[in-house]
Amino acid sequence: MKINDVIVQTITKIVSFIILTFAVYIFFAGHHNPGGGFIGGLMTAGALVLLYLAFDLETMRKIIPVDYKIITALGLLMALGTGIGAILLGYPFLSHTFDYKDLFILGETELATALLFDIGVYLTVIGVTMTILLTIGEDDY
Amino acid sequence: MSGNEISYAIIGFLIITGSLFSLISAIGLIRLPDIYTRSHAATKSSTLGIICVLTGSFIFFVIDQSYVSARLILGIIFVFLTAPVAGHLICRAAYRTNVPLWDKSVQDDLRHILKRDDYNHKSTEFE
Repeated sequence: MKINDVIVQTITKIVSFIILTFAVYIFFAGHHNPGGGFIGGLMTAGALVLLYLAFDLETMRKIIPVDYKIITALGLLMALGTGIGAILLGYPFLSHTFDYKDLFILGETELATALLFDIGVYLTVIGVTMTILLTIGEDDY
Repeated sequence: MSGNEISYAIIGFLIITGSLFSLISAIGLIRLPDIYTRSHAATKSSTLGIICVLTGSFIFFVIDQSYVSARLILGIIFVFLTAPVAGHLICRAAYRTNVPLWDKSVQDDLRHILKRDDYNHKSTEFE
């Protein structure tokens, strides 16, 4: 029963950080380059699946004690909230705007409310993917 | 647009070498007799081939368009880290499910450790 997984686990510890970093990069690149919330969320879910493959289900439940169904709900709420916010300010539903702000380190950055909507998509994709995979994975008990 | 002939020659050499290594890897996949020698061909030379092609395209973008692509560097590191591990896992899964070695193989050091011959009788031990 005890099997020696040291090579996979060591590589997973390094590689999952590379994948997560790249997923965040893809997510933020989505406004001007290929990328966005959907593929960023899928890539984050891919890194999580790699962790779940290398370590087992109980260990991962201790490391990430998150119910992914709640993450799906949070993402949908966030996407809905950007629409409701536009209504509250007197614009049509899901109207988006952007502005240029001088952030502390990053310099002048374009801040768009579409990013908030994209965060909603990102969280929803992570939540749905991980819920599907974990539901299939723990099917036997 | 600051390229000279030597850098383009290096880029062409890298990309052609990489594609030739990938071709050799594919030929090895067809020609070699069992899964262990095949994975030897598939992991080593195709990893080197992909790394050569990616390095060539990275240098091309630096020379030709002055664009340093961090994604290509990340891709090189990623392939270099993960392809051998994938080969290791495939070989290990094959060995532990009793895939036979080539009949002209002379050495099998793991057999005494894993008790491969009576593996079928107690199949739960290494699952």
